[in-house]
Amino acid sequence: MAQTRRQMLVDPLVDNNPITLQVLGICSALAVTTSLQVSAVMSVAVIFVTGFSSLFISMLRNHIPSSIRIIVQMVVIASLVILVDQILKAYAFEISKTLSVFVGLIITNCIVMGRAEAFAMKNPPVASFIDGVGNGLGYGLILMLVGFVRELFGSGSLFGMTILQKVTDGGWYVPNGMLLLPPSAFFIIGLIIWAFRTWKPKQVEEREFKIQAVEAH
Amino acid sequence: MPERDPHDGAEQPKNFIRRFLAQPADSVGKTIFVAVSVCLLASMVVSTAAVVLKPMQEANKKRDKFVNVLQVAGRYEDGVDVEKAFSAFEPHVLELATGKFVESIDARTFDDRAASADPNLSVELRDDPAGIGRKSRYKTIYLLRDNDGKIDKVILPIHGYGLWSTLYGFIAVKADGNEIFGLQFYEHAETPGLGAEVDNPKWRAQWSGKKLLDDGGQLRITVAKNPPAAGQDFHVDALSGATLTSVGVDNLVKFWMGKDGYEKFLANLKAGEI
Repeated sequence: MAQTRRQMLVDPLVDNNPITLQVLGICSALAVTTSLQVSAVMSVAVIFVTGFSSLFISMLRNHIPSSIRIIVQMVVIASLVILVDQILKAYAFEISKTLSVFVGLIITNCIVMGRAEAFAMKNPPVASFIDGVGNGLGYGLILMLVGFVRELFGSGSLFGMTILQKVTDGGWYVPNGMLLLPPSAFFIIGLIIWAFRTWKPKQVEEREFKIQAVEAH
Repeated sequence: MPERDPHDGAEQPKNFIRRFLAQPADSVGKTIFVAVSVCLLASMVVSTAAVVLKPMQEANKKRDKFVNVLQVAGRYEDGVDVEKAFSAFEPHVLELATGKFVESIDARTFDDRAASADPNLSVELRDDPAGIGRKSRYKTIYLLRDNDGKIDKVILPIHGYGLWSTLYGFIAVKADGNEIFGLQFYEHAETPGLGAEVDNPKWRAQWSGKKLLDDGGQLRITVAKNPPAAGQDFHVDALSGATLTSVGVDNLVKFWMGKDGYEKFLANLKAGEI
């Protein structure tokens, strides 16, 4: 890999973002982005898990038999996720209550396993760690963007602080209830992908087939 | 295929472990070795974390429950000493069937949740509007006395199924056994922004001052979408966009305030027999 460490960390933010380019980890991006605080904690948890799972898997990479490599990766990832869950329950009880099952679902986040399988199995530990953290950051960035839009327009607040006074609280803003529902995250992520690809046209994939011109009869 | 270990082939390490590790990763022995040791290591890490952090998690849960009791009784302020404020509440174990306290069970150690699953302490429900399956015959309730030592409020635990999850909460009832002071859930997993609005202070505030029973002693409290023409005292607005959570709350409040729940106790309370 001719990438510098800096590139490894920065590339996944925009140029090779796991959500917008690789379209991994969408599921949790839909579920936990109703408020910024939850998105932030989720991002930190995922950065921790992708970073350290890549690190440990990379350290073991020469000893992991290819026949059971997915299972070994899952064991490492799952243990780290449980660790995060336990720590949250002990030190950030309120937030762990709002995140509920979604922390556990980091295990199934495709980004974590995608990086373990694609990068950490072939690269030395430090590089893998940086790659994992970078991808976690890329995931977090999108999560925060989506969370920002959803919380601001869905609940009229940011990080729980009221920005737009809601009608129900005696203000003027009628919140857009759809933004609190998971499908809205799909739309927002779609718009972000569009924005990224307009900004960096290199990300646009080539067409797999060409639509033939209709022949006149 | 993963790369071979660099030691492989170059020289035979003398150390047994090193020689073993130098085997190709795909050999049967090493596959089993790696599987077993990774699992062992991972389970040790996980169980250590669980054991070490358990006291803190328990303390958090307990504190959270205290805070909720305080909040539902209107005694919570930011920065209040939770333990100290909570000591004003008198815990008692209540037998639902008789509506009397059972002094033989220590309320400080009695675990309602465990009791609900214990066949000796609970009954299976045939008519189960709250969707809880089994009901403990005993409940931990809290009494709050005013300065003269008279009962001011009682805080009763309630739970029932909403849309996705069982909602656990408390309802605070005034000493007349009829007027609601507050209702609050401390644990649920309803949809954020919709069903989870049961936590919204604005919605919760509606409960204050509502009556459970009408003059004839009939249970009237309802959570419904449209306010009735008469009987505003018994009506709580349903949450918009969360019909099933609202129905769940309606069912569970009716269940716990009814004959299967605290009806006897509230009658005793009203009669001044507590």
